[in-house]
Amino acid sequence: MSTLVIAEHNNAELNAASYRAIAAGCAISDSVDVVVAGSGSQAVADTAASATGVNKVIHIDDAALAHQTAEAVADAVLSVAESYTHIVSAATTFGKNVSPRIAAKLDVMQISDITAVIDADTFERPIYAGNAIAKVKSNDAIKVITARSTAFDVMGESGSAEVTSADAPAYTAKSEFVGSELTESERPELTAASVVISGGRGMGNGENFVMLERIADKLGAAIGASRAAVDAGFVPNDYQVGQTGKIVAPELYIAVGISGAIQHLAGMKDSKVIVAINKDEEAPIFEVADYGLVADLFSVLPEIESKL
Amino acid sequence: MKVLVAIKRVVDPYVKIRVKDDESGIETANVKMSMNPFCEIAVEEAVRLKEKGAVEEIVAVTIGSAQCQETLRTALALGADRAIHVETDATVESLGVAKVLKALVDEEQPGLVIMGKQSIDTDNNQTGQMLAAMMDCPQATFVSEVTIDGDSLTAVREIDGGLETLKMSLPAVITTDLRLNEPRFASLPNIMKAKRKPLDTKPIADLGVDVTPRHEILSVSKPAERSAGIKVESVDELLDKLRNEAKVIE
Repeated sequence: MSTLVIAEHNNAELNAASYRAIAAGCAISDSVDVVVAGSGSQAVADTAASATGVNKVIHIDDAALAHQTAEAVADAVLSVAESYTHIVSAATTFGKNVSPRIAAKLDVMQISDITAVIDADTFERPIYAGNAIAKVKSNDAIKVITARSTAFDVMGESGSAEVTSADAPAYTAKSEFVGSELTESERPELTAASVVISGGRGMGNGENFVMLERIADKLGAAIGASRAAVDAGFVPNDYQVGQTGKIVAPELYIAVGISGAIQHLAGMKDSKVIVAINKDEEAPIFEVADYGLVADLFSVLPEIESKL
Repeated sequence: MKVLVAIKRVVDPYVKIRVKDDESGIETANVKMSMNPFCEIAVEEAVRLKEKGAVEEIVAVTIGSAQCQETLRTALALGADRAIHVETDATVESLGVAKVLKALVDEEQPGLVIMGKQSIDTDNNQTGQMLAAMMDCPQATFVSEVTIDGDSLTAVREIDGGLETLKMSLPAVITTDLRLNEPRFASLPNIMKAKRKPLDTKPIADLGVDVTPRHEILSVSKPAERSAGIKVESVDELLDKLRNEAKVIE
């Protein structure tokens, strides 16, 4: 039994979620290899080799893999996947894009977004926006899996795996990368941050998020938002925490002006400590908060900032 | 160009679901059912592409029991031209759904397949990608903007760090994200008109694909409950609790 983990990266750095996918792989089997498919991505392969728990890194470097299109990455992974019983990636937009394509080519039913490993065939995964947990046994010979990052702890960087190279398969481009607009931020990445402060519709407008930013700067926090705040155009979609956005589980989650719709709770209710600040004392967010403060956020936020 | 839109009937998003006491699944008897919200966005996008002249015909398809025809009628009322109901009372997993859709793609030869990025019941987020792999065609998942120019499609995708734009040749499969559009409501005259639009029913066996489930659901249980904590009276009390009780800030 052996597991292949698909590395997520930007050709320069290994994404933090990959360490968690490696941890999920280690929970499944003793032997975990990592495949790095990229272009000019030697540094990523070297980093992956130092991740705790990794046995071997397979490095596929080809210009066709520069932009990580699903078609090219799936073909590259499949070209080295033959001997593995499990193929694991993080349940990020990258993993969700690539992994089902691999599953279909192998004629297996993917096990999506697992949060626990029961045994090599059996996993837990949330359904209905986390309002139920299904225990699922796969009868496929090869298990193709995406793992929810927040459910698996990073194991560290004490590894020294060998890096081997493999040739990319012949590939006819099916799609062309035109460009990307990535949010530039000095703050920690939302899903990796130990403190997250999120704003909802109660923030009133996008300018008021500056109040959250000032607090975030003092706490080293990432900034999130509810779907309502995103739909209202206050902040970009990649701030969204919830069933259809990002799933976070920081040490401290501060929800400001967020009522607590089921779909938002699905994205943050595994946080260690939850603080809710809302002027409506009936807001459902208080039902999951460890500490609730019923108050007007516009007077409370500057006070918090000044007292930190 | 013809567009195939795959839709799913699910428990209405505003219903609070109940896990059955014997942990065999979710209570669905006498529960309001609706079209999956991401599928509504898929139908709407197809209708908008038709209104722009990029699409001539919209075929809506679903797989499931006889009641799923209601969901297809909704799609017809929203602007689909005809519907295909692949009938089965069994649970069909994403892989099986993708195989059924592939069989329909072979028959219908659409230039584009549009579907939701995930259904809000099983939350798998995989059927569109699987179909694209089976069609050996390009995919654009989680799209927030679609432009068609001749036989090429440009899609803006919502990815973890922001947005990504891809250009691809048709046929292709796209899956919708929330911000692609805001679906319209069906008007009463259109609901009446939809009753006369063609709706074909095919037994799933006629498509000749193997949809045997690969997964066994051993149990469906309630998630660990998180209990409400305390209300604090002031910022000072809050910060004191966070520093000295929870010890999560300094």
